[in-house]
Amino acid sequence: MSVQVLIPTPLQVHTDNQASVSVEASSVGELIQALETSFPGVRGRLRDEKGNLRRFLNYYVNSEDIRFLDNEATPLKAGDEVSIVPAVAGG
Amino acid sequence: MSISLAPPHVSEQTFTGLRCKECGHMYELGPRHVCEDVCFGPLEVVYDYDRIRSRVSRATIEAGPTSIWRYRDFLPVAEEPIDVGTGFTPLLRAKRLGRALGLNNLHVKNDGVNMPTLSFKDRVVSVALSRARELGFTTVSCASTGNLANSTAAIAAHAGLDCCVFIPSDLESGKILGTLVYNPILMAVKGNYDQVNRLCSEVANTYGWGFVNINLRPYYSEGSKTLAYEVIEQLGWQLPNHIVAPLASGSLFTKIRKGFQEFVQVGLVDDKPVRFSGAQAEGCSPIAQAFQEGRDFIKPVKPQTIAKSIAIGNPADGPYAIDIANRTGGNIAAVSDEEIVEGIKLLAETEGIFTETAGGTTVAVLKKLAEQGRIQPDELTVVYITGNGLKTTEAVASSIGQPFTIEPQLASFHTAWEQAQASHPHLT
Repeated sequence: MSVQVLIPTPLQVHTDNQASVSVEASSVGELIQALETSFPGVRGRLRDEKGNLRRFLNYYVNSEDIRFLDNEATPLKAGDEVSIVPAVAGG
Repeated sequence: MSISLAPPHVSEQTFTGLRCKECGHMYELGPRHVCEDVCFGPLEVVYDYDRIRSRVSRATIEAGPTSIWRYRDFLPVAEEPIDVGTGFTPLLRAKRLGRALGLNNLHVKNDGVNMPTLSFKDRVVSVALSRARELGFTTVSCASTGNLANSTAAIAAHAGLDCCVFIPSDLESGKILGTLVYNPILMAVKGNYDQVNRLCSEVANTYGWGFVNINLRPYYSEGSKTLAYEVIEQLGWQLPNHIVAPLASGSLFTKIRKGFQEFVQVGLVDDKPVRFSGAQAEGCSPIAQAFQEGRDFIKPVKPQTIAKSIAIGNPADGPYAIDIANRTGGNIAAVSDEEIVEGIKLLAETEGIFTETAGGTTVAVLKKLAEQGRIQPDELTVVYITGNGLKTTEAVASSIGQPFTIEPQLASFHTAWEQAQASHPHLT
């Protein structure tokens, strides 16, 4: 099923400068693998050396942080929007 | 006739690059905030401390403007900064609050009277917009819990920059009005701060704006260091023993520490241990929860508290704040909304300072730590009050007294005064 992924500026160098790409995936974990298939090398930016999701990147499915859902196992369905966002400070 | 001229300002930059706080990778001084080549960790400004040491002394600082720009060599701005009188707010010896809490050496740093918008955010925004201008941005923006929007809109107006700011739509009316009056574009987002922040990151991907807390974040956050410098100077060039500050993203906490360390490093003040304690509201306390449970990672939460200005459920600098509290022998504690209101009232009644909910949180945590014996009575303690109560009047409106409405006649006053004495026995 096709989901839309919003790509942060620093990663757009891997996605032919596209701010949004479409991939086939049924979970967040699969989505990362699908991104790697389309854009070889991007996986190493999303996961650390141990294979964990990098702690300074946040993932949102339809605006919800995946840490409130099921982390990498969070299911995806057609039409979902996944946003990858580097952590930022504020206030 | 000889004319003496002040020496021209030496414009050599004291800041040299950006460095990833996690992996140490270096970047040039552009509008970027994360380690985009390696690990996405946060970037920090790097300084040439030898150059700073050769240029500053207590005397040169004391001869500077009565604003944050007296510490200009420690701030990442190359050209003429935007100086709207930000900083150098009062540090008060808080004898009456101290007596109420059993603390003999308590001081209040009152940024509720900062300029121009009555919160510590004026410090970070003065730095961020000065830097934004020299990086060529003509539109500035931010994601805000209220105070940052006020400050960004005001200082952008002063500097003639276009401004579009984003806030959660449920903010206090004073914070909304206090932004709109400067006539920016104000986006009130139907969501909490963390959702606003995410949206802004997405906007920043495609709009070429300077977001003070996103692509300008390394510069912006440095402004908080001036809260450390001023306290050192106002204490007669010494460090305190203990500080208590509110925790939202955790950035302020880490930058106060950096400020203390920098003044030690360049020889402006003698080193000594400073304990760092942080304050959160129970309804949004991801950092306090992690600290209490001995975790070094944050589990994000969904905020539900009256302390909206510090309601960040996914605090980016939370792990660093926990590390600092642990290393320095400090604490991180949370208080209920009721305790926050009592904290606002306690500070007002004992020291004549009306703070907003973030300040109420900080005072309530100060009280809690004092009662638990976690602040020693003679420790030189500084509590940081970061915002003004007139912006969040809703929080206390139902918890404070009412006026006595009387006729313009002496008899009416007499009757009312007797009623007042009945409810306030200390009145004579």
